[in-house]
Amino acid sequence: MKREIPLLLTGALGLLMILSFFVPHQWISVPADFMQASAIVLVAFGYVLGGANVLRVNFSAIIKQKSGWPYNLVLVLGLIATLAIGAVDGCANRGGFLNEGTTSKWIYDQLYSPMASTMFALLAFYIASAAFRAFRIRTFEAGLLAVAALIVMLGRVPLTNALTTWAPEWMRLQAWQEWIMDVPQNAAKRAILIGAALGVMATGLRVILGIERTYLGAEE
Amino acid sequence: MTLLDRLAHIDRRWIFLAMGILVLIPLLFPLALPIFAGKPVRDFNAAMETIPAGSTVLMPCDYDPGAIPELVPMTKTALRQLWDKNCKVVIPVLWPGGPGLVDRVVREVAAEPRYASKRYGVDWVNLGYKAGNEAVMVLMGQGVANAFPTDFRGTPTRGMPIMAKVRDYSSFPMLVNISAGYPGTKEWVQQVQARFHIPMVAGVTAVSAPEFYPYLQSKQLLGLLGGMAGAAEYEKIRNEKGTATSGMDAQSLAHLFVALCIVLGNVVMRRRVGGSAS
Repeated sequence: MKREIPLLLTGALGLLMILSFFVPHQWISVPADFMQASAIVLVAFGYVLGGANVLRVNFSAIIKQKSGWPYNLVLVLGLIATLAIGAVDGCANRGGFLNEGTTSKWIYDQLYSPMASTMFALLAFYIASAAFRAFRIRTFEAGLLAVAALIVMLGRVPLTNALTTWAPEWMRLQAWQEWIMDVPQNAAKRAILIGAALGVMATGLRVILGIERTYLGAEE
Repeated sequence: MTLLDRLAHIDRRWIFLAMGILVLIPLLFPLALPIFAGKPVRDFNAAMETIPAGSTVLMPCDYDPGAIPELVPMTKTALRQLWDKNCKVVIPVLWPGGPGLVDRVVREVAAEPRYASKRYGVDWVNLGYKAGNEAVMVLMGQGVANAFPTDFRGTPTRGMPIMAKVRDYSSFPMLVNISAGYPGTKEWVQQVQARFHIPMVAGVTAVSAPEFYPYLQSKQLLGLLGGMAGAAEYEKIRNEKGTATSGMDAQSLAHLFVALCIVLGNVVMRRRVGGSAS
């Protein structure tokens, strides 16, 4: 029964959600809407579990003094401090923990925002280094990919377009770039999207029919 | 040691330094390169122009500070275009790190002299973050105030003047999504545009833009802004000189440098392989 009941629930609720797309009756739509609203509660609990897991993993590393454990300590202290300050600010401002003048707002503006921006900005440096070392053209297909990448990359910026303004419109890099994005890229992307969608549908059916059981923790 | 040998063993910090200088110089001394708007950007602008004046527009801003250079300029320009038409803007945020940033961005635009009359709760509302990704999008279809009973400061949304005529997706003539990834444009297309048939345009990061061209071709997206280039082209169309326009000079040199790195890296590799074979 420990396996049959979850399988039965999954199958019944999966069918209910599929039916809600095709049957516009309140007997179907009301419970389906309730299920979708409930998903938000589950996601919120997921955050709690995620936070608990971060603490568990990092506490373990600190206690065992694994390599780089001071970083784990900073992470744990940062997490606890941010959470506590946010809770206090939220209580004092009826949920408005990001109101002007709060400590949470200061943390967001002065710590979180610059650090997140810095992480993203560092990509430019790593891309340049990776382009030099890792973008190796070993085959004809890799060569095609590299040429397409170079055209798109250069066709997207004003500098190269300014250099080709003398040419007829169809010869400019921007026109080539647009053609690559509109035709070969689009065809490949569409194929990938359709393939992924078919895969999702197949997996969904396997779950509803009880063939796919890995979510129960089983081998099969 | 030949030049190629030196290049083969170049310390990556020299590449970092070159990239840093190439990005910094045009920011200090702008080159003012001409910008030409592509079709997806022109379509974005044209679709925005079709929005009836004075209507209420849904503008989810799904990003966090990592995407500031690309997405904040297009958010500001889109907001100006909407406010110039006296539209009201309802902004949900499905990224936990987003509401504070989005609030700052909207308030910066609202602080401009020509928008001095714009009031929070009347002309715009920041609904803030709600966990649930696609589930939140579907829940908004049953009622926006149901999904967001309070805004991101904890103020009840039902009493706000802007929400008086907002029920569900049928209340909006257009969905303007600015997104940096998941959840974002793909999910808004799949869960909302396809199901509720609301016209939609999107502004996205450069790295994710290719993913949305099929939706653009199928007219599920009526226009698309891709990355800082898209934002700069949009500014060009709207006769603005924002941070995207000034950033394109730096991006031009950075792209050129990356292209040079790819070519040079392959030349070095070929010569070394050729050398070792002989």
